[in-house]
Amino acid sequence: MISAVKTLGALVWLLTLTLYLTWAERKESAIIQDRIGANRASIFGIRVWGLFQPLADAVKMMFKEDFVPAFADKTLHTLAPFLSFFFVAVTIAAIPFGPDVLIGGRVISLQVLDLSTGLVFVLAMLSLGVYGILVSGWASRNRFTLLGGMRGAAQLISCEVALGLSLVGLLMVFPTLRLREIVAGQGRLLFGFLPGWGIFLQPLGFAVFFIAALAETKRVPFDLPEGESEIIGFFAEYGGLKWGMFMMTDFMEVVIISCLAATLYFGGWQVPWLEPGGFRFPWGGEWVLPRAPVAVIQVAAFNLKVVFLCWLQILIRWTYPRLRYDQLMDVGWKALVPLGLFNIIGTGVLLSLVK
Amino acid sequence: MRKAFGFVLEILRGALITARHFFVNMSLHILKVLGVKTGRKGAATIQYPEERKPLAPRHRSLHRLTIREDGRPRCVACMLCVTVCPSECIAVEAAEDPDPDIQKTPSSFTIDLSRCCFCGFCVEACPEDAIRMDTGFIELAESHRTDLNYGLERLRK
Repeated sequence: MISAVKTLGALVWLLTLTLYLTWAERKESAIIQDRIGANRASIFGIRVWGLFQPLADAVKMMFKEDFVPAFADKTLHTLAPFLSFFFVAVTIAAIPFGPDVLIGGRVISLQVLDLSTGLVFVLAMLSLGVYGILVSGWASRNRFTLLGGMRGAAQLISCEVALGLSLVGLLMVFPTLRLREIVAGQGRLLFGFLPGWGIFLQPLGFAVFFIAALAETKRVPFDLPEGESEIIGFFAEYGGLKWGMFMMTDFMEVVIISCLAATLYFGGWQVPWLEPGGFRFPWGGEWVLPRAPVAVIQVAAFNLKVVFLCWLQILIRWTYPRLRYDQLMDVGWKALVPLGLFNIIGTGVLLSLVK
Repeated sequence: MRKAFGFVLEILRGALITARHFFVNMSLHILKVLGVKTGRKGAATIQYPEERKPLAPRHRSLHRLTIREDGRPRCVACMLCVTVCPSECIAVEAAEDPDPDIQKTPSSFTIDLSRCCFCGFCVEACPEDAIRMDTGFIELAESHRTDLNYGLERLRK
């Protein structure tokens, strides 16, 4: 019962954030480019800065024709967007949203699935997302979509390696795969004042992780699989809601990558100097709080970190032009992988020196 | 190595430029919502149907056929405008005019505004000052393409 509620809650959280990320992306890009952005969608004349735009988009997509090309493999063509969507949506299960809370005398952890291999699970599901790309490219029976799918697979695999390597350094610092324990491990202080977040312990690891993760989301600096406007991508033969699912997958990946970065490198739900009993500042002050507000602050902090990282990803998407294919491979294999290996060696040396 | 470092520096600088745009424009938008007058706009957008950019006084768009004192068009169907028109959107059919001094008059005069590029050559070419362009008409939209074929009656207004 509780797990059903938790699953539903996590999914609703993810999908709402995803839906409004489309609006946020349009608005943020507009503001970056000195424009206004989508602001015309209204219900009974109420506009609220175009906040109804995602609903209007959803309605539009639902009423479009569900088109399958005559030459396509009908089953696989229909299956591909669901594969893509599922493998990203399922990763939200492993993300810890907050500390354990006491509701009605029961301890409830704000995490759907406390897997002992949480990190590996998330990485595995994100890698399986490549099947959505490959299958859609293949099932469309179109040379351009097939090429797009192959580009996507090559890109995801080469960046997956760097992603894995960057996380090895983190695992050496926090020797566990349980995401809850990684977050709990980031609660202590460094030198008595600095929060012990992953980004302070693994700055190089974070840089490699973030760039590889950006490549994983298939968005603009790394959008070679799609490239809607110039190089035709893997979902060229899709329309309506199926196309919408591919697009939602992209935005969901942004949210998931933000969740993952927040969990692994920004202390998850940890707030600097906030302990279960309240704030204890390094300069000696103390602010005692009951347990419930502390939990609320910590959940809010996690959400804030996720929103900030989503903002950062949108900023990156609207700043940089697309990499060429060979440049992408260079970034993956000649920059990120050596840096990830260097990070592992450096972490190992430092850890042995500290011990 | 130094080259790669330079690349990274420039990449970060690019992100800082867009971030600066974001924060400056965002604070201008927020100040506007709060009702603070700053004298600067957060966006260069003109929200068209509600907000309009003033047209230049010399702006010329919709054609008009001038008329004589007795109400007939001044046009003598010399076909100069038809000849000069670069988008070939003017069609004139000539008829005999009862006045021997004028000799010819248009029996039909059609301008296809969906093809017109508003270059004003027809006005320049006309020896009789029979065609002019009016200022201030920019909303020339119709639901059907054929509705943009403006005939003699429509152009005389």
